[in-house]
Amino acid sequence: MVLSANDKTNVKAIFGKIGGHAEEYGAETLERMFAAYPQTKTYFPHFDMAKGSAQIKGHGKKVAAALVEAVNHIDDIAGALSKLSDLHAQKLRVDPVNFKLLGHCFLVVVASHNPAALTPEVHASLDKFLCAVGNVLTAKYR
Amino acid sequence: MVHWSAEEKQLIASIWGKVSVEECGAEALARLLIVYPWTQRFFDNFGNLSSPTAIIGNPKVRAHGKKVLTSFGDAIKNLENLKATYSKLSELHCEKLHVDPENFRLLGDILIIVLAAHFGKDFTPACQATWQKLVGVVAHALAHKYH
Repeated sequence: MVLSANDKTNVKAIFGKIGGHAEEYGAETLERMFAAYPQTKTYFPHFDMAKGSAQIKGHGKKVAAALVEAVNHIDDIAGALSKLSDLHAQKLRVDPVNFKLLGHCFLVVVASHNPAALTPEVHASLDKFLCAVGNVLTAKYR
Repeated sequence: MVHWSAEEKQLIASIWGKVSVEECGAEALARLLIVYPWTQRFFDNFGNLSSPTAIIGNPKVRAHGKKVLTSFGDAIKNLENLKATYSKLSELHCEKLHVDPENFRLLGDILIIVLAAHFGKDFTPACQATWQKLVGVVAHALAHKYH
């Protein structure tokens, strides 16, 4: 699965629209993921899971920043996220299936806040991009 | 047997009551074919699926999307008895249509995204969680008779 020139354009455009809301989207993505897929909470036993929790906000910010970084280096996502990839392989070891769940929830957040911008073509490109990010983060697992 | 709380039933009904089965069904199926192009393999006789525009405008896609979501409505009316409700459909998808059940999961997730786009803030995390459970249970029921 390869990101076409069109995909890259679509992803940059939608992240442009998201703009400063990325951090907020990150937090909402996690909130949705924890609600819809309770098993994902097992990676955060130390978190306060209440709505508006500072930890969820903080972690959402980190997740969003990583996605933005990947968008800004969309021609070399592996390079841009290399350290994060190491971290996930050596320390965090989040099962690969969970990146799909996170990606799906991110799409839901984008859809609910920007329905007009998430055309089918943009949806396809963004889904591909999120898959690519998940692949990079799990690439060094074994 | 899956248990549905009163709150879950309410969250399902409140969304479903406002859904245009024709519009949402068409959109969900079109997005499935666009976002996961390999799913087009089941629709060789649908005519022109050569571009997102072609897919969205394709009358067979619209009609089939409506059919699929109408059937989903049957699931909602029979939440306590899904396996029985979908027994024949499950056999059909296995024996005649040869559809990998993974596709039911893909369509379910696409439907969730379509609902999020339509309902915005009203599609709360609790709402999404309930609907994820619903699409999961529907996918499971549809796969139940596979052999």
